[in-house]
Amino acid sequence: MPGFFGGPNRGRRGAPSRIAPWRYVVFAMVVTLGGLYAAPNLFPPDFALQITVDNSDRDLTPEFLADLAYELEAGGIPIIGTEVSDQGGLIRVSDANDQLQAGALLQERLNPLGEERQFVIAFNLASTTPEWLRGVGAEPMTLGLDLRGGAHFVLQVDMEEAVSKRLADEVEKIKDMLREERIRYRSSDNAVQGNTLSVSFVTPQLRDRAIEVIEDEFRQPDYVLETVDVGGRPGFVITVQDAKLREIESSAIEQNLTGLRNRINQLGVAEPLVQRLGRARIVIDLPGVQDSAEAKRKIDKIANLEFRLEAAANDRPSEIEQWPYEGRTVDLNKRVILTGDHVTHAAQGRDPDSGLPQVDIKLDSRGGEMFHEATAPNIGRRMAVIFIEHKSVMKAEIVDGERQPVHETREEKRVISLATIRAALGYNFRITGLSVREAQELAFLLRAGALAAPMYIVEERTVGASLGEENIERGMIAVAIGFALVLAFMVVYYKVFGLIANVALTLNLVILVAVMSVLEATLTLPGIAGIVLTVGMAVDANVLIFSRIREELKSRPPAQAIPAGYDRAFLTILDANVTTLFVALILLTIGSGPIAGFAITLSIGILTSMFTAIFGSRLLVHLIYGRPRVERVWI
Amino acid sequence: MTTFDFMGKRKIAAAVSIALVCVSIGSVIFLGVNRGLDFTGGVRVELGFDTAVTAEEVRALLTDAGYTEGVVQNLGSETEVLVRMPPLPGVDQSELGDQVVDAVRSGFGDVTQRNLEFVGPAVGEELTEKGGLALLVALGVVMFYIMWRFTGKFAVGAVAALVHDVIITVGAFSVFQWTFNLPELAALLAVIGYSLNDTIVVSDRIRENFRSVRRGTPFEIINQSLNQTLGRTLVTSLTTLLVLVVLLIVAGDQISGFATALTIGVVVGTYSSIYVAANVLLAMGISKQDLALPEREGADEAN
Repeated sequence: MPGFFGGPNRGRRGAPSRIAPWRYVVFAMVVTLGGLYAAPNLFPPDFALQITVDNSDRDLTPEFLADLAYELEAGGIPIIGTEVSDQGGLIRVSDANDQLQAGALLQERLNPLGEERQFVIAFNLASTTPEWLRGVGAEPMTLGLDLRGGAHFVLQVDMEEAVSKRLADEVEKIKDMLREERIRYRSSDNAVQGNTLSVSFVTPQLRDRAIEVIEDEFRQPDYVLETVDVGGRPGFVITVQDAKLREIESSAIEQNLTGLRNRINQLGVAEPLVQRLGRARIVIDLPGVQDSAEAKRKIDKIANLEFRLEAAANDRPSEIEQWPYEGRTVDLNKRVILTGDHVTHAAQGRDPDSGLPQVDIKLDSRGGEMFHEATAPNIGRRMAVIFIEHKSVMKAEIVDGERQPVHETREEKRVISLATIRAALGYNFRITGLSVREAQELAFLLRAGALAAPMYIVEERTVGASLGEENIERGMIAVAIGFALVLAFMVVYYKVFGLIANVALTLNLVILVAVMSVLEATLTLPGIAGIVLTVGMAVDANVLIFSRIREELKSRPPAQAIPAGYDRAFLTILDANVTTLFVALILLTIGSGPIAGFAITLSIGILTSMFTAIFGSRLLVHLIYGRPRVERVWI
Repeated sequence: MTTFDFMGKRKIAAAVSIALVCVSIGSVIFLGVNRGLDFTGGVRVELGFDTAVTAEEVRALLTDAGYTEGVVQNLGSETEVLVRMPPLPGVDQSELGDQVVDAVRSGFGDVTQRNLEFVGPAVGEELTEKGGLALLVALGVVMFYIMWRFTGKFAVGAVAALVHDVIITVGAFSVFQWTFNLPELAALLAVIGYSLNDTIVVSDRIRENFRSVRRGTPFEIINQSLNQTLGRTLVTSLTTLLVLVVLLIVAGDQISGFATALTIGVVVGTYSSIYVAANVLLAMGISKQDLALPEREGADEAN
């Protein structure tokens, strides 16, 4: 390292130091690349409305966009430009307020009430980076939600519920297998307890036969099967092992992530982020979303579906349940043929012959088989679709004088459709007899329905776009003033060397911004504070070097004092910066979002400031003072 | 170079430091730290109005609507109001913020929701744990690094200085009852980074002088080292404070707590690198023998 930064080929006593040409080449390259990749940030993005086709037959042509823009301008909203890209149509406006108004006007114009949605209208930021910069892959830094406005949610997935639900499915699977082999078991309401599931039988012989049937499906290391007495009867207990539990949890989260992504696509958000966070959490970032309450209604509801047959005349009374439907009561069979977990695709459409609304549904392969088996013998009977909504809420209760969070899960079930089975149903089928609105809702819920476990919101941060705009503005002013003051101070205090330090500082800022842009790091308000702080602290390396040179100048001529100053200061700078880097990295582990933004800018800033202060400023000093006989140094 | 007798005042400095640390700890124990939403959980809503409103009007409206707990205050201007609510019993926490906004809208008509934050109590608790742990880990890592690069005595001195800075910064937040939130925690870690930077520069010079200066007691050598680094210490602190003050004034409410914590930290950190770290070294009886390892590192510095 000292070789790279310091220069091993320092001249002998009295001779000027020499600097290898490759150093200039490296420095020039870094500066050029830095300038190039930092440049897009000089072009602040426009506020824009992103329009994509949903159910409309119309294409987004440039003419169509121009018409819309004309209408918006007539409504008093100045339009900067329109364009059609692969992400849809973009209409650029000048500020957050116009964006909000234009969004409302477009919504009214393009999506008339009571009809299915024709277009998705999302708030977005549109790049203004010139073509030639984009050509080399240069893009501006991503803005965090606190700077561009938007909603941030953290959801907690109820893992216990996810596991017990999955284990209940396993119990059903066992019962199915036993029924097929005509082995009688005793039903029990508490077959699932914690991570165990149990089944009991009338005789030990039945139990042993049952074990033979199922043991292939429930073997080690995922499961441990033990024969015990369950409630005084011969039975067995299957304990699900930790590794398998983790797997169940992971798949539950994955399933919820998929479900959430579908829902958010429905919301119409430009560039949403949905990610797993730790073991049981999901983080959602919705840039540009203004109405967080609306977003929340769409995301934290868990919906599922059950398909059941209407009760037949020969059904036993114990198998029948009464359900309210459209103001009357219907009798349904208790047995669930299929749940929404098996739906892979659902779309609202129209019957080509009659023109009536319908919902087209696709099932996965297992679901298709199950559905076929259940419907083939029952043509002519009616089948009900039951919509189940779980809503997990967190409340605070006072327990022993202290506030304690309490979780509560509400379950609501209602019959949403009851339609006649016309033919044996397989992987593809359709549900008719619905209004347009109902078909639309059902398709949405089916698509969105398959969530494995209830979730509840544990954190929300929503920033309005106007506040975001204000934050950017203030942050940028702070950077500008802070930077100017530091530059002025350095010139006054260190004269020519101050100027050199200032060049190094400026380069540092440019390279920092370039690195952040290339790494696609997110700029947040604390991140801007990090940049400002970096500016203040980056001076340190130069100051250390210069004060060292000043000291050396008392006993040596400049040609020796300058390299000696750089060399002696090097290890100090390294030690001081490495430790600060540790602290910044530790900070990165505790905070997400804005605070991570601060830690990232601080870390990158430390590295770039070391480069510019030690490597860069040395070259500049050499250019100015590298001649053999320098008498006086302005420091 | 200045020839200020730093170490001659070390007893006074030690007394001042101990007093400040005691006051800080006392304040944290008796007054507590005014932990913000990030740590306690709850709801925080910033509302923008078309016309000037007073916090009292909004408070009265919310009280009528049944929200008796919580804080309502004007924020910066008369058209902005901040509402903070602790977790309320019997209400779905994630909807509390929306309910508050709806309640205010019902009374004042068109109100912009500028900012809404909700943090669940469990998340807050976790963050408190994680934050405390991060501080400890940071101190631990730093200590080992300095033990490796310097000696154990320097490590003790540096960590003492850092602990001193952190306690006093938190103490100031406790005494003035300023809100301590996640950005302030980040500032605290940045303070550790900054103060450490300072301490290392000073320690580095002390080590160098112990090795190169032939005559002189540890007392004199430390004094000389402090004087040699004084210029740099002050210049760096000054430029850092310069930008921090700009942040404090310009960057707005969201950053002000962060900038305040850092400003205090930088001032205390500058002082501690001179007085706490060096003082501890002297108190532990640092001597030339402690630093006599002229092999690998000596080669770099003996030139």
